[in-house]
Amino acid sequence: MKKQFMTPLIIFGFLVVLLVVGLMKAKYVRDVPSPLIGKPVPEFSIPTVGDQQKNFSSEELKGQVSLVNIWASWCVSCRAEHRLLNALAQQGINIYGINYKDELVDARGWLSAYGNPYIKSAHDISGRTGIDWGVYGTPETFVIDNKGMIRYKHTGPIYQDDITEKVLPLIEQLKAEQLKAES
Amino acid sequence: MVKINTSFLFGMLIIFFVFPTASSAGPRGTPKEPIVFNNPQIEKDYLELAEELRCLVCQNQNLIDSNAELADDLRREVAKMLKQGKNKEQVTEFMVDRYGDFVLYNPPLKSSTWLLWGGPFVLMFFALFIMLRKINAANSEKNTASSELSEQEKEKLQAILKPSPNKKG
Repeated sequence: MKKQFMTPLIIFGFLVVLLVVGLMKAKYVRDVPSPLIGKPVPEFSIPTVGDQQKNFSSEELKGQVSLVNIWASWCVSCRAEHRLLNALAQQGINIYGINYKDELVDARGWLSAYGNPYIKSAHDISGRTGIDWGVYGTPETFVIDNKGMIRYKHTGPIYQDDITEKVLPLIEQLKAEQLKAES
Repeated sequence: MVKINTSFLFGMLIIFFVFPTASSAGPRGTPKEPIVFNNPQIEKDYLELAEELRCLVCQNQNLIDSNAELADDLRREVAKMLKQGKNKEQVTEFMVDRYGDFVLYNPPLKSSTWLLWGGPFVLMFFALFIMLRKINAANSEKNTASSELSEQEKEKLQAILKPSPNKKG
């Protein structure tokens, strides 16, 4: 008799555990694992935001450890992380930008208003380069090693915790790898 | 007690009225022209692909349903590739290379997805197993109950069956 009451209770308990685990994981669900990690950066060569006569090409990402940040002036959460990127650039981290589906005048206005942490920014007005990078939600930040391989991707605004726990240690590790390879 | 901070509310109102564009912010770009097909086969392939591919922005919609800017770009990219003579597999590969298996509403069977594909069958067999056990248990209970009587029951039966002279009127 008692056992009959227990069975639904056990099933219910199991379901509760399942749902709680699902809810706890829910905030990570939007993070689509990128198939680009461990692959070379997608090839591109498009005009820069600063000077439309000059191109920013994926070749330039080889031979150094760098961050590539996908940003846009219309992107609200890009503004949220921008302060941190400025700080990283001041620390001497190489940051390149891909300005995603933005008008030139807006992009330039944004950089002069909030500071320009980027060595250069590609002006991807059509969003086609963004598609090659698997961009689906600006801002996105990629860590590139000295061979021009994508080693890490962060989707959404980057926070101080992400920088201290993930990005900076990885950059240190990649720089060490680079030194080892060169010596 | 909940005390509403009026200056906070006032501040929020100001934000909403002063920055109405904050909610309508979105990607810029050249105006879009409708996607036109001359070849019915390509159009059919396009529609099938746009149904099977997931929009990365509104993750529970496919490309054809989604109104997101990226979905529109991807629809155009799919149409362009088909018109260039690429087949459906090549277009699917293009998408998977960039966005992973996640873009497929019909995920491939591999080590990371076996639970997804096999899970329902595992559950079904588990349920069948439980059900058969229950049925067996119920049957054997019924059989023992009907076929054999305990000593007490036999005595009771005898007592009932025995004609009792005193009650005969």
